[in-house]
Amino acid sequence: MEYETIVGLEVHAELNTKTKIYCSCRNAFGLEVNTQICPICTGMPGTLPTLNEKVVEYAVKMGHATNCSINNVCKQDRKNYFYPDLPKAYQISQADIPLCEHGYVDIMLDGEEKRIGITRIHIEEDAGKMLHNDAFQGSLVDFNRCGVPLIEIVSEPDMRSSAEAKAYLETLKSILQYIDISDCKMEQGSIRCDVNVSVRPKGSTEFGKRVEMKNVNSFSGAMRAIDYESNRQIEALERGEEIFQETRRWDDMKGMNFVLRSKEDAQDYRYFPEPDLTTIYIPLEKVEELKKTIPELPNAKIKRYVKELGLSQTDAELIAENLPRCGLFDECVSIGGVSPKNISNWILADVSKYMNETGKDISESNLTAEKLVKIINLIEDGKISNNSGKIIFDEIMKNNADIDTVISEKGLAQISDDSALEKIVNEVLAANEKSVNDYRGGKTNALGFLVGQCMKASKGQANPAKCKELVLKYLNG
Amino acid sequence: MELYEMSASELSLMLKEKKCSSEELTRSVLSRAKATEEKVGAYLTLCEESAVSKAREVDAKIAKGEKLSALAGIPIGIKDNISTKGILTTCASKMLYNYVPPFDAFVMKKVNAADIVVTGKLNMDEFAMGSSTENSHFKKTHNPHNLDCVPGGSSGGSAAAVAVGSAVISLGSDTGGSIRMPASYCGVVGLKPTYGAVSRYGLVAFASSLDQIGPFGRTVKDTAALFGIICGHDNMDATSADREYPDFTAALKSDVSGLRIGIPKEYFGDGVDESVKQAVMDTVRELEKQGAKLVDISLPSTKYALNAYYIISSAEASSNLARFDGVKYGFRAENYDSLTDMYEKTRSEGFGDEVKRRIMLGTFVLSSGFFDAYYKKAKLVAMDIVREFGEAFEKCDVIATPATPGTAFKLGENMGDPTKMYAADICTVTVNIAGLPAISVPCGKVNGMPAGLQFIGRKFSEQTLLNSAYAVEQLTGEVRPVNV
Repeated sequence: MEYETIVGLEVHAELNTKTKIYCSCRNAFGLEVNTQICPICTGMPGTLPTLNEKVVEYAVKMGHATNCSINNVCKQDRKNYFYPDLPKAYQISQADIPLCEHGYVDIMLDGEEKRIGITRIHIEEDAGKMLHNDAFQGSLVDFNRCGVPLIEIVSEPDMRSSAEAKAYLETLKSILQYIDISDCKMEQGSIRCDVNVSVRPKGSTEFGKRVEMKNVNSFSGAMRAIDYESNRQIEALERGEEIFQETRRWDDMKGMNFVLRSKEDAQDYRYFPEPDLTTIYIPLEKVEELKKTIPELPNAKIKRYVKELGLSQTDAELIAENLPRCGLFDECVSIGGVSPKNISNWILADVSKYMNETGKDISESNLTAEKLVKIINLIEDGKISNNSGKIIFDEIMKNNADIDTVISEKGLAQISDDSALEKIVNEVLAANEKSVNDYRGGKTNALGFLVGQCMKASKGQANPAKCKELVLKYLNG
Repeated sequence: MELYEMSASELSLMLKEKKCSSEELTRSVLSRAKATEEKVGAYLTLCEESAVSKAREVDAKIAKGEKLSALAGIPIGIKDNISTKGILTTCASKMLYNYVPPFDAFVMKKVNAADIVVTGKLNMDEFAMGSSTENSHFKKTHNPHNLDCVPGGSSGGSAAAVAVGSAVISLGSDTGGSIRMPASYCGVVGLKPTYGAVSRYGLVAFASSLDQIGPFGRTVKDTAALFGIICGHDNMDATSADREYPDFTAALKSDVSGLRIGIPKEYFGDGVDESVKQAVMDTVRELEKQGAKLVDISLPSTKYALNAYYIISSAEASSNLARFDGVKYGFRAENYDSLTDMYEKTRSEGFGDEVKRRIMLGTFVLSSGFFDAYYKKAKLVAMDIVREFGEAFEKCDVIATPATPGTAFKLGENMGDPTKMYAADICTVTVNIAGLPAISVPCGKVNGMPAGLQFIGRKFSEQTLLNSAYAVEQLTGEVRPVNV
C-alpha cells in the first residue's frame, strides 16, 4: 500500500530583544553560567513578572509576516510542571488565546509553491538549562536562559514530506531574519522544533495517530527525524500493528527515536490565567503601525526577481536568502541603468566571495550600491573590461579607492572608439598577412590569434568584443 | 505610661519635641516583646541589634533637624511573609526555615526609607493559610486578651504584637481576611487596602489575585499614617495601580453626617454571633445619631463567596507554592533516590497539613476536566460579587458588617474541622474577591473579647473607610496595649 506522511511543526524561536521577557536582565547567549539572572527570572519567592512590551511587538510582527490575525486583547497563562530548570515550577505562556492565529506561509519546493497554515503564534518564557558533566556529581542548572523570550509557532498538519518540512523551516527562518526578531542561530538553540508525524494510506482523508518528537535541534535533523518516524509508522502498519499517540525523543546521533511518554502519561499542565499579569491590550493603531514595518518578505522577493527582473529561480533564491545581499541588490536595482542579471552575477560571485573570505558584512565594507552600479555600468558601456572591473572592485574593498582614479592610474580605460580601434586593427592585419591568409583559407582559429595581437598592440586596452567585430568585418569584407 | 504603650502619633510628636529618643522607644518595645513573648508568641525573629542601630540613626537625623516621615523612629513588626533583605523570611513554614531573601519587598523599601524601625518578623499561619495562626510550623501565638484564645489569622502575630505593645504598628497581608480577622480578634485596627494600592512585590504569594499587604495600628490615625507610607505605584508589580494618594492622616475626620452606611442583610444572618451583630448594630446606630444614614442593602451572592474564595485562592496557591521544590533554597528532604522522590519527600515533609490540603484542592480544581466546573464557575461567582457590590455602592458610601462571625475562639477548637475554620472568613472574603478596601475597627467587647466592625468601601476609598473607623474610635476610645 502507498502511504502519505503528514507533518506538523511547533517551532520555538528565541527573540532577540535586549532584555528578558519578565525582568530587566540581559537577553544574551554564551555568557558565564548564572550571571544574567536576578530574583525575578530565578523565581525567588515574592518576585513578580512585568511584561517586556517589545516581546509583544516582535510577536505581532511575526504574526503579520505570516498573515495571522492578531488578538490585540489577550492574556497570559501559567503552564504548571516541575523541573529543576524551571524555578517557579510554571512557565508563563499563552493557552487558549494566542497573540496571533489563523495565518499561513507559502513555501517553494522544486519551483512549486505550497501554502502551509499557521495555527497560532504565542509568546512565552524559556526555561534554564541543565548541566551534566563528568567534572561534577549530579546535575547543575544554568538559569541564564530563564526568561529569554520565545515565540512558539504552531503549523497546521499541512506538510507531506520531510522536504516540505525543511522548506517550511527555512521559510520561517528567513522571515524571522528579515523582520529581525530572532538571531536564528541553530547551534545556540535559538530555533528549536517539536515535530508531529502521522501516516495514512494515500487517498485517505482521515488522519492517523500522531506521534510527537522532541529534541530535534537542526533542520537536517528534522528531515531525518521525519523520515525515520514515517518509515517506522509505515512498517508498523504493514506488520498489522497499531500506532499509539505518544511522545518520542529523537536521538540524532543514533538516527532513531525512543518513547518518552505515552498518551496516558501525558502531563496535565493545569493552565490557568496568570494572575500576576494584566490583560495584554494593543491598540489597533499600534497593530497597524507594526504591520507597516514588515518589509517585502523572501518569497515575494524571489517571485519579483524572477518575474520582473528576469533572474533565474536559483539566483533569485540565493540573493533573497541573505538579507544584506538582497538589500544591496535591491538598492542597485533602484539606482538602475544596469541589467539586474549583471548585478546579481556580481553579488553572487565577487561580492559574496569577498564577504565569505573576510567574514565581513557588506555594511562593514567599503562597497556601496553606487560604486557597484558604476563598475557594472562601465563594463556594460564597454569602457572597461570585465577583468578591469574586478581589479577596481578589489581596490575598492582593500583601499577604498576612487573608481576613476584606479582606471586612470592603472590605465584600465578600454578603447571602444571605432576610429582608434580601426587604426590598430589595420596595422595588425597588415603586419600579419600570413594569418589573414590562413583565416581566409579556412583556418578559423587564426581569428583568435589576430584579435590577441590587436589586444597586445593596444596594451590590453582595446575592447576585445569590438576588436573581434572589426577584425571579422575586415577578414570577411 | 511606658513608651511602648503610646500610639505612633503621640510618639512621633515626642520624638520631634525630643521628649524621648527612638532608641529609648525601641528598647521599650523590644523589652516589652521579650517580656510578653513567652505568653503571646508574636515574634518569629526579633531583630534587636539592627533595630537599635536603626533607631540611633534616626535619632542622629532628628538631632540634625532633618525633615523626617510621620513614622520615623517608630518600631514596626513585619509579617514573616514579607521579604526582608538579610532577615529570615520563613512564612512560618519548615519549607523556608532558613530562607533569607536577597532583596527587600517594595513595602520594606518604603518602610526603610521612612526611617521606621523594624523590630522583627511576626508569626502567621504557614504561607498565610489559616484563620488562627495555629498553622505556624514554629509556634502558636496567643490572643493577648485571653491567652487561651487564638489571635486570629493569618496575620495573628501582627495583630497580637500591636495589641500587646510588642510593636507600635505592624504590617500584615490579607488574602481572605487575614488582616481584618486578627485585628477584630485582638481588638486593634487593620486595613486591607484596595487591590493594587500596595505593591505585592516581595510578598511571598499565596493567591496573587487576592493578596494585599496592609497596616495594623492601635489607632486609626496610626493605621492611616502607615498606609500612607506603603501605598503607591510600583512598576515591579503589574497589578499595581498608578495613581496619586491623599495625605490620609491630614484628611482624617470623624464627621459622618450624610454618610450613607449600607447594612447588608446577608452579613447579619445565621452563623453570625448574636452579640457580635448587636455590637456592630449598636455602633452604627450611634453613627446614625451623628447624622449618618443607614441603608438596607443586599449582596445575595455572598452565600457562594466562601466556596468561590477557596477554589480561586487554592488554585493560585497550588501554582504559587510549586516553586518550593527543594532545588534552590529552603528545606530539602535528606534522603531521596531520584528527582521525583526528592520533590515528593521535600514537599511532603516541608509543608504542613493545611498548606498541603490547599495545594491538593487547588491542583484538583485546575485539573483538566474539572477546570470549568470549579475554577471557571468560581470566577463567574466573582463577577457576580463585583457587580452586586457595584450596585450596592450606588445606594451607599460604605458598607458596615461584623468583621468576623464571632469573637476569638479557643486554641485547638477548630483545628479538627477545616470547614468550620474556613467559615470564620465568611465576612471578609467577598472584599478580596471584589478587590475592594475594608477596615476592621474595634467596636466594643462581647463576653470580654474584642469585636470588630468592618467597613467596606469602593475601590480606592480608603479615606472614607479611615474616616468611618475614626468616627467609631471616637465612640470606643483609642486602644492601649493589653496587660498579660
